[in-house]
Amino acid sequence: MRKASRLSRFNVASLALGLAFLYLPILILVIYSFNASRLVTVWGGWSLRWYHEFFNDRAMIEAAWMSLRVAVSSATIATLLGTLAAVALSRGERFRGRTLFSGMLYAPLVMPEVITGLSLLLLFVALNAERGFWTVTIAHTTLTMCFVAVVVQSRLGSLDRSLEEAAMDLGCDPVRAFVSVTLPLIAPAIVAGWMLAFTLSLDDLVIASFTTGPGSATLPIRIYSEVRLGVKPEINAICTLVIALIAVVIVIASLASKLSSSQGESAAPL
Amino acid sequence: MSARRIFARPARFAAIAPYVWMVLFFLVPFAFVLKISLSQTAIAQPPYEPVFDPMAGWDALKAALAALSFDNFRLLASDDIYMFAYLRSLTVAVTATALLLLIGYPIAYGMARLPKRWQAVAMVLVIVPFWTSFLIRIYAWINILQHDGLLNQILLALHLVSQPVVWLSTDSAMYIGIVYSYLPFMILPLYATLAKMEPALEEAAADLGAPPWQVFWLVTFPLSLPGVGAGALLCFIPIVGEFVIPDLLAGSNSLMIGQTLWLEFFTNKDWPVASAAAVVLLAVLLVPLLLYERLQKRQLEQGR
Amino acid sequence: MTDELPKTHGATGAADGDAVAAGQPLLRIEAVAKSFGTFRAVDGVSLDIKAGEFFALLGPSGCGKTTLLRMLAGFEAPDEGRILLGDKDIAQALPHERPINMMFQNYALFPHLSVRDNIAFGLKRAGMARADIATRVAEMVALVKLEGLEKRKPDQLSGGQRQRVALARALARRPQLLLLDEPLAALDKKLRESTQGELMALQRRLGMTFIIVTHDQEEAMTMASRIGVMKSGKLAQVASPRQLYEAPRSRWIAEFVGDVNLFDGESKLRDGHRLIIGTRDAGALVVAEPREPVGAGKLAVAIRPEKVKLSRHGPVSEAGRETAINRLDGVIADICYLGGTTTYKVKLDTGGTVQASVANNARIDVDAYSLNQHVVAWFTPDDCVVLQS
Repeated sequence: MRKASRLSRFNVASLALGLAFLYLPILILVIYSFNASRLVTVWGGWSLRWYHEFFNDRAMIEAAWMSLRVAVSSATIATLLGTLAAVALSRGERFRGRTLFSGMLYAPLVMPEVITGLSLLLLFVALNAERGFWTVTIAHTTLTMCFVAVVVQSRLGSLDRSLEEAAMDLGCDPVRAFVSVTLPLIAPAIVAGWMLAFTLSLDDLVIASFTTGPGSATLPIRIYSEVRLGVKPEINAICTLVIALIAVVIVIASLASKLSSSQGESAAPL
Repeated sequence: MSARRIFARPARFAAIAPYVWMVLFFLVPFAFVLKISLSQTAIAQPPYEPVFDPMAGWDALKAALAALSFDNFRLLASDDIYMFAYLRSLTVAVTATALLLLIGYPIAYGMARLPKRWQAVAMVLVIVPFWTSFLIRIYAWINILQHDGLLNQILLALHLVSQPVVWLSTDSAMYIGIVYSYLPFMILPLYATLAKMEPALEEAAADLGAPPWQVFWLVTFPLSLPGVGAGALLCFIPIVGEFVIPDLLAGSNSLMIGQTLWLEFFTNKDWPVASAAAVVLLAVLLVPLLLYERLQKRQLEQGR
Repeated sequence: MTDELPKTHGATGAADGDAVAAGQPLLRIEAVAKSFGTFRAVDGVSLDIKAGEFFALLGPSGCGKTTLLRMLAGFEAPDEGRILLGDKDIAQALPHERPINMMFQNYALFPHLSVRDNIAFGLKRAGMARADIATRVAEMVALVKLEGLEKRKPDQLSGGQRQRVALARALARRPQLLLLDEPLAALDKKLRESTQGELMALQRRLGMTFIIVTHDQEEAMTMASRIGVMKSGKLAQVASPRQLYEAPRSRWIAEFVGDVNLFDGESKLRDGHRLIIGTRDAGALVVAEPREPVGAGKLAVAIRPEKVKLSRHGPVSEAGRETAINRLDGVIADICYLGGTTTYKVKLDTGGTVQASVANNARIDVDAYSLNQHVVAWFTPDDCVVLQS
């Protein structure tokens, strides 16, 4: 039955203000990245000079490249492990150590990053591991795996169980049923999880600072050290580029998840 | 055997790889933190002693164990800086969480009342800034809040102030930064709970004579409490240990514990004390962490 | 309108202190219309609801009955028209300002409140004194027979129990009008039947006015004293169950309420007080002239299955052999045994089929008809209704 809108004026106002608050600073940043003038107070016209500066800044480019490699690697491993964890928690019923397992899985979501960063560094030092690309990747994987697990588990929970039962009825053993029926249906959630892990890794400052080694700074680390010294227009350009990259990633993710949300939803309300 | 049971066995095997990983890279490191917190600082690489050398034999191990002490914890307890840092962190976290609730609730409520098709759009709109680099967003605020930044420009243009106001390096800037960064963490759990509520409950309350504000206070709000709890914890716990935002936006006269930890670690190179500070921080957060785990479990596993 | 509950615990609980005499219009709906975008959900409905009656709004899904009910409750505001309760137009009044209460389809019990607090909710909003609330709640609990369950929360109750709480909660404030939105939809058959009886008894006892919305015509016929059939936003017919069933005003209503045999035809001849209509599938049928003259053009003759009698050779009695009786020869094509009755589908020699519903009067019936048996289906002119096609 059609329902009239339940939105009150207060609702609309809070939504509009909230969204404006969230987006305006970013918008301002993007606009200023094209400001020909160095000063914030003066608008010098549209220009790409800060982008030129960024592309000529060796150190920044290397840091950006490093960040990208770490993000892709850690996101991929994290997605694999996170999906496995989500499957175990959502379909595995009770098993020994389940409480510990889910506890370890959800904790990094809220744990202050200084703690996780510190602890990982101490581990690497004790193992005498050379700090650089792999240590940062491992650290990021540990952090982002949990986010992937949450996303995938949530999707698995809302999936209609009778689909898997139908597959088994038609002759699949459980693993086959999962691979041929469930996996395709949760694939968009897995992709979304990868995207999430990617952006989280790309963005992480604290953990990367603890676990990186000399000569392998990530982009946030470099940005951070510049920012401490004050606002630099080049940073605006870098940030805008990162935002553009993430925007593309997000569009792909939402398209993927829109495809999945109508397929195989459980009929019963959660 | 039910279909569920059939799935359960192979599903459990899936847990092995992530389990091992998390034990290795999450649990075990905490053991190291604990151990280092009981050690002494040293001008060496690594900058602490004793160092356990598995090759050195049983006696060396015993000697190393004997060298562990609680000195670092005593230092923390005696030095006022740390006490203040912990207190400040807790205060900031509580205040920021309250602000987040005040600002986030109306937004989540507005989202929940949108027609269904718009709700998905609203969700994406709220999440997108979150996916846009955290650091970038803080930087965006520095841009706006700096001495000749946009905010001052607007205030001056509107003649609300006669001189540029100092925004940066103040607590206000820090709170703005924290609220800005953590808002999606507050909105999403709140929205999830509010969206699940049957609209008929609010209609029934109105039908029985409650004017709109009473409908909210007597029915909507109590039923949204699980979401409020989840959102509050999801924000409170990480804010206590925040480093980047206070470092970039707040003044340097009083530090939060995350900053103190960082300083000890990177500037003073005093790893043992930093570890001890981390251990204490974990202890402080233990109760909220456990609460959060329970809430999270309940929410995620209701979907089975 | 004041929310103060009446000091006298009168039967109808009218808020103004003057009881509306039973049978007088309590609620007048005047030319009410509501659109959602371009979709006209309720299209000019006018209706009087009498005090003390049990009225049903019946219709298929999407006919507008629920929208109309929600407008009475205050959850939708009509685009046109007035809703008069007494002398006041309440069409734009908010739900909490109306002396009308609703029982929701899924009960909408507050999950965080106990049974007692659910029932007391409306009383607290009305500002009743604590002692009075306690008395009234106890009264309600006894009324719906839920003693002993006051402290429980809704998730600790069965479906039937929850329904009673919803009822008690809606009645607690002694509203002038109680609206029920498909109240029995979630119950199984046996429970539904017993609840129907209880609702009717309750309504009689309290002397209240009930308006029920349902898509189940059996439910409407059982419980209501008057039924308003809605189709595509309009009221098709408002009548008592008997009138609705025996004198439907249109072909659609005849088909919607109960089973019916319909024969399309055209030409008509008049023979005294009777019409002869030539039908395509059943030959010429003699029907009683309807009170309102039917226009020229396509007509349909409607006969309810239980009015169609079967016998092997045709009516035996003197009166039965009167020429005005409609006799149709045919063979039994299908037998549907339903326990109390058996429905026979007879394939007529003239080409069509007619359904006859026969009561199984005897437990052991050696004379029962069998498939392919030749029978005569017959009915009198008075058994038929002529409808515009």
